[in-house]
Amino acid sequence: MAKSIDVSDLDIYYGSFKAVEGVNMTIRARAVTAFIGPSGCGKSTFLRSLNRMHEVIPGARVEGKVVVDGQSLYDPSVDPVAVRRQIGMVFQRPNPFPTMSIYDNVLAGNRLNSKRMKKSEADTIVEKSLKGANLWNEVKDRLGKPGMGLSGGQQQRLCIARAIAVEPQVLLMDEPCSALDPISTSAIEDLIHELKSDYTIVIVTHNMQQAARVSDDTGFFNLKATGEPGHLVEFNATKKMFSSPDESSTEAYISGRFG
Amino acid sequence: MTSTATRPDPRPEAEPDAKPPLALGDRVFKALSVGSGALIMVALAGVFIFLALEGYPGLSVDEDFYNPATTFLGYAGPLLFGTVLAAVIALVIAVPFAIGIALFISHYAPRRLAVPVAYLIDLLAAVPSVVFGLWGGRELAQHIGGASVWLEEHLGFIPLFAGPAAKSGSTMLTAAVVLAIMILPITTAICREVFAQTPRLHEEAALALGATRWEMIRTAVFPYARSGMVSAVMLGLGRALGETMAVAMILSASPVVTLNIISGQSPATIASNIASNYKEASPDGQAVLIATGLVLFAFTFGVNFLARYLAGRGQRRMAR
Repeated sequence: MAKSIDVSDLDIYYGSFKAVEGVNMTIRARAVTAFIGPSGCGKSTFLRSLNRMHEVIPGARVEGKVVVDGQSLYDPSVDPVAVRRQIGMVFQRPNPFPTMSIYDNVLAGNRLNSKRMKKSEADTIVEKSLKGANLWNEVKDRLGKPGMGLSGGQQQRLCIARAIAVEPQVLLMDEPCSALDPISTSAIEDLIHELKSDYTIVIVTHNMQQAARVSDDTGFFNLKATGEPGHLVEFNATKKMFSSPDESSTEAYISGRFG
Repeated sequence: MTSTATRPDPRPEAEPDAKPPLALGDRVFKALSVGSGALIMVALAGVFIFLALEGYPGLSVDEDFYNPATTFLGYAGPLLFGTVLAAVIALVIAVPFAIGIALFISHYAPRRLAVPVAYLIDLLAAVPSVVFGLWGGRELAQHIGGASVWLEEHLGFIPLFAGPAAKSGSTMLTAAVVLAIMILPITTAICREVFAQTPRLHEEAALALGATRWEMIRTAVFPYARSGMVSAVMLGLGRALGETMAVAMILSASPVVTLNIISGQSPATIASNIASNYKEASPDGQAVLIATGLVLFAFTFGVNFLARYLAGRGQRRMAR
């Protein structure tokens, strides 16, 4: 199920503006890869280019290669919709569908993939996904209630349940805890630990302790200067990044002596 | 609100001083907005009182005034039926177009195309209804007359197209098509606004799950826009129910109740009937016409309340 991702010489543009330049990395399967860096350095843009979500913005395009399991994501024959079905995403702010119940929220992706499901089959998926997202015990008695009625942390776990319900190969998380309190954050981090046995997880975070806690590999993005494209400064095992990074600017950023 | 009003206040003297003094600008603006709000209520009440007082005698005048019917209900019934029929058919034609155009503008078209299209649609709203009436009666009617013959031949088994088709096209169908064009701009404009306000977050939630654009619209945009769409349809319906000139210029009216929308025998609408007959009517006849106006007023009111209730129910369910 989990797949690794190979990125080579990736440039990302918005119209004529080059947002990210020359990224090379291999994201390992069944591991957590974290991206850190200052705001506006292109880490979210890069993350979104991994499932072609950045194309939602008109004029966005890439040069270079992103290969998942031997298949290039940007091959002209590849449908972005198909890419997103394989590579799930969790956003900065929890975004359950407001008109849907908890039950329907979990199944939203499966319903899109438009197979006719038996009731028993749907029940199984809902239970499995909610258990996978550590939410089952809290919501099992109110599956018919709206997803918006949950707390922020629960909503975010509902979104994770929704993402894993379609059994993607990769799970992208764009600052999944930045809108949550510390307790909910810790619940999500525990969940990330559990999920990595089944999924390849890529997470963008502003919280360096979080990157240190949850990830196996870490990439540090930075801007050369204001107005210049962002680039990958260093990509290494998290342990090494946080103890003896190769680049002095990585160390400066991590220890808070940035700039 | 009610609980604070009924509970005895422990500090009766402190109450008036408790509010901080408002700045002059705030006081003026508050007075203006409260005044405007009150004025609209007064205007509405005034219209209702006028219709009730002036129309009441019209409910029981000499039978001749209700010709060919003999009672007020017999007179107003076909008119109300015609009004609703024309408006409903107009909605059936216009709403799918309005939603389609609104979606095109908000989600499908590239920006440099979306802006002029939106502008053109708004421009359509600025065309006076008399002009639509002229065009509908002289030009569109002939084409629809031709189409009606075809409809009668091939779809005559549907009561709507039973015929005999009027070649002149002075039919309910022509009136409804013109009404549809007239309500298109307002319905489109409001749908467009609510579609464009769909939170990006919800759209991206759907897209990230692998939704195609249409699936994204179905799962994220429509549920979010539902109550706004109801408002849009209601405003369109309101305009269709009350539209006068275009209908009066197109329809050749006769007091019948029929679903047949392509024959030359079709009921007038309340508004067009008032417009065509008011000038020549005697005082009693005018009272009858005003009473039909009251019927239209009450009907529109009722439909709006029902729609608000339905839209609100959806929203309350969402918020719970």
